Amino acid sequence: MSEHLSALIVVLPLLAAPVCLLLRQTRMVRAWTSIVAWACLCMALTLLERVHTGGVITYAMGGWDPPLGIEYRLDALNAYLLVIVTAIASVVFPSGVILTDTSLPEGKAHLYFAALLLCLAGLLGITSTGDLFNVFVFVEITSLSSYTLISLGKNRQALTAAFSYLVMGTIGGTFLLVGIGFLYQVTGTLNMNDLALRLPELLGSRTILAGFAFLMVGGSIKLAVFPLHQWLPNAYTHAPAAVSAFIAATATKVSYYLLARIIFTVFGAAFVFDALHLHWLLMPLAIAAMFAGSLAAVFQTDLKRLLAYSSIAQIGYMTLGLCMASETGLTGGIVHLFNHALMKGGLFLAVACVVMRTGSSSVNAISGLGRKMPLTMAAIVVGGLSLIGVPGTAGFISKWYLVVGALERGWYAVSVLILLSSLIAVVYVWRLVETAFFGVPEHEVCEVPWTSWLPTWILIGATLVFGIWTDVTVGGASAAARALLGVTP
Amino acid sequence: MIENLPPGMILILGALLVPFLRGRVAGLYMLLLPVLGLAQLLALPDQYSLNLEFLGYELQPVRVDRLSRIFGIIFHLAAFLSVLYSLHVKDRIQQVSGLAYAGAGIGAVFAGDLITLFIYWELTAITSVFLIWASRTEKAHRAGLRYLVVQVLSGVLLLAGAIMHYEESGSLAFGHLGLGSTGTQLIFLGFGIKAAFPLLHNWLQDAYPQATPTGTVFLSAFTTKLSIYALARGYAGTDILIPIGAAMTAFPIFFAVLENDLRRVLAYSLNNQLGFMVVGVGIGTELALNGTAAHAFAHILYKALLFMTMGAVLHRTGTTKATDLGGLYKSMPWTTFFCLIGAASISAFPLFSGFVSKSMILTAAAEEHHLGAFLVLLFASAGVLHHSGIKIPFYGFFGHDRGLRTREAPLNMLLAMGCAAALCVGLGVWYEPLYALLPYAVDFEPYNVTHVVTQLQLLLFALAAFIFMYKVHLEPPEIRAIHLDTDWFYRRAGKRLALSLGASVQSLWAAVTGSALGVAGGLGAWVARVHRPGGPVGEPLPSGKSALWAALLLFAFLVLALLVSDI
Repeated sequence: MSEHLSALIVVLPLLAAPVCLLLRQTRMVRAWTSIVAWACLCMALTLLERVHTGGVITYAMGGWDPPLGIEYRLDALNAYLLVIVTAIASVVFPSGVILTDTSLPEGKAHLYFAALLLCLAGLLGITSTGDLFNVFVFVEITSLSSYTLISLGKNRQALTAAFSYLVMGTIGGTFLLVGIGFLYQVTGTLNMNDLALRLPELLGSRTILAGFAFLMVGGSIKLAVFPLHQWLPNAYTHAPAAVSAFIAATATKVSYYLLARIIFTVFGAAFVFDALHLHWLLMPLAIAAMFAGSLAAVFQTDLKRLLAYSSIAQIGYMTLGLCMASETGLTGGIVHLFNHALMKGGLFLAVACVVMRTGSSSVNAISGLGRKMPLTMAAIVVGGLSLIGVPGTAGFISKWYLVVGALERGWYAVSVLILLSSLIAVVYVWRLVETAFFGVPEHEVCEVPWTSWLPTWILIGATLVFGIWTDVTVGGASAAARALLGVTP
Repeated sequence: MIENLPPGMILILGALLVPFLRGRVAGLYMLLLPVLGLAQLLALPDQYSLNLEFLGYELQPVRVDRLSRIFGIIFHLAAFLSVLYSLHVKDRIQQVSGLAYAGAGIGAVFAGDLITLFIYWELTAITSVFLIWASRTEKAHRAGLRYLVVQVLSGVLLLAGAIMHYEESGSLAFGHLGLGSTGTQLIFLGFGIKAAFPLLHNWLQDAYPQATPTGTVFLSAFTTKLSIYALARGYAGTDILIPIGAAMTAFPIFFAVLENDLRRVLAYSLNNQLGFMVVGVGIGTELALNGTAAHAFAHILYKALLFMTMGAVLHRTGTTKATDLGGLYKSMPWTTFFCLIGAASISAFPLFSGFVSKSMILTAAAEEHHLGAFLVLLFASAGVLHHSGIKIPFYGFFGHDRGLRTREAPLNMLLAMGCAAALCVGLGVWYEPLYALLPYAVDFEPYNVTHVVTQLQLLLFALAAFIFMYKVHLEPPEIRAIHLDTDWFYRRAGKRLALSLGASVQSLWAAVTGSALGVAGGLGAWVARVHRPGGPVGEPLPSGKSALWAALLLFAFLVLALLVSDI
């Protein structure tokens, strides 16, 4: 049984989704999805523990040996990712705000939960598999279920947002498929490890280079790298708040993983950065994202949109870590992935609490709520401080590693830019703090029930815990970074 | 447990409980916090330190020695007085942030490494801005934002400097730094912003007068003195500080003459007093550093006292504009009395606290033969007498009676002012306990003939002449009196020179800042236009255009691949 864990973690949510259709009753379905998410979290933790003690875990699907069969291959990086994704799912799914601001017809909630489970299965699949075509399949599963989830938002714009995400997502998916096809054409294999063995001799081939370009652009669309982020603000704004919390905290993270895997494992850092100088192209985009995203967040009037633009900036920081291609830089990028999942998940859940009480997600909606909903507003403040990178919060740890990584590479200007862009975050976070604590209350509301604030505070509290106790996050991230760079500890 | 808590933590953590308490219990509790904190500090042995390792760096969150101890003690005293002064305020945000701010200031003073210092440094900025915003006016809101950005920038410079310093020297310890490397120069600049060096000073006059009456009392004590401490710790004996400090003592005088808002006059005079301390740090001898510490100690008390009296006036009349005040001594006799004590202390009259500390710095300057600095400091001392010693009490409480009739300040304000005034006089007369606290052994006698006579020549002549002229030109007394004091201090031409110099400096500065603001404003407008919802970045593009971007990026990747495809 236990040797099948790495397959089971994907199969369980995939099979659990149709079960929702049989259960139908909202309460039962909710309990069922939560139980599945928790079970996945337990499996992910076991797997991470096993990878850290026993090294890479490989699993031949259906007994067909790689490279012919599909291989599931877990190392320190994807085991770490599995924990992030399942942890966020296990907090968000049981949350009391899971159905807030959705436009579900009476008695159709089970479909929504089925889509959530499918999305989870897709994300876990992308993360676990060692087969490129299998990646594409799971990317499509994730995308299709997330189009559905986004379109369930209560405004009519949710439909157009989901549609334009569908268009961009499909372009991204197609690019990935074209890239995979090119690689397959030249090498005749789809297994990532096998590709890594065969590619070094073939790197001069135009087909391989074109395939690499397609893979990069396809992955960048999914990750929402500036300026390919255009689908993200509308999708996060109009999706139900809990869906935004789940997707923002997991989907972009998994796309980041995919890019990192393609760059470092399949092609190798030596080719991508030393020969191809990819950072010449990717770093300006990352820095532009840091500034454009933060500045755009300053001017937004809707909380979800503000967080969405801030996400674009945070993706910039993570991409920057990728460009450094050093152990410190990658550690910074990966630990920021973890920390950002916590803070963005927590912040979106807090916004969901606001929507639950006031019915609106505009910035004015939280005016003066500091006294009425102290727990929710305190969560927004702490999450915001972490976005800025104030010491004592998780955000500080990741920015610290990024700055040190930039200095190690001798990129002094970049480290200055990281700090400067953090200053912009001060502005948009402080706007929220000020509105919440100095504004005049517009709504007569009370605090949300514990089922809603507790999940928020689990994530926000974790940003504080991991701001001080960094053994697990930084330790796991640096092990992941070493795994990517192929350094044995 | 409690002795392992870093100093300042009692205030920071204790502040978090304040919102849950009500009425008298809350008041007593808030007064108890600084007392507890002080007791804990005094219980710590000398040379006590706490070390720990974080992320592989050696940190020292607590380091107690003589220099940090004296600053810690006065910060606790100031916190106690400020809390007492603000007891009547119903707005709990002010007291919570004020206490946390004081705690952060205290924590910073005991930081033994640059990272801990940075954390507390930023914490003082974040907590103190609420004291400004608590005024709840549009002006205060904007001033607070500007204040916050400048303060956070100072912290960022400190952090950047600390990282570079670590890369070069491998040490994060906060000891003597000097100006030897880029890293320490950045740290110096960060300290300079908080110490309000000339041209970096504007945030102070901008923000402090906008804070609430009670908030300004908190603000005046901690931020700038923290940076004086930091300079004394890291840059003692750095020559460049002497001209910087001398300029700091001199230039605010011109602005203080022109200023109508009395709280802003005090903000300028705060700048001027900091100048004395910066010169002291720059001279860097044991006597000068003793003088700096003593002056910071005395200064916190009398400056808080003066801000308290002006706060009381603002509380009762709603204004501190010189043109709207006058004759308040009839209705606020106690406040007037305390203001006079504060004025005498800041002017350094013998038997008041300013004298025993300032004369140390002046003597140190003379002993080290810094003639230029010495003369500037003398000139500045006369300036202090004018704008703080005479202008504040005269326009506020005497001068032209505008018929304002109000009640005396609330009891808790009077008590706070009374305590501060008692300390001002007490330190001036019985200065030995203060000298015993100073960082180095003291071999200095303030009350010898030279010191007293020099100071009295300067002050008593000024005062005697003031009274004489006031009697002679009794018709109409107020206007004569206003001419009189400026006449005496700058002579007729001197006044015009001072005024025109001040005006031209101001207009030059306005031109410089105006054009800078123009550029910044244009840039800001562009940023806003681009990033606002509806702008090209602030609003997502339609799918067609984003697909075009994807194609462009693919093209860029392919070109990059083509350029290097011969590998």
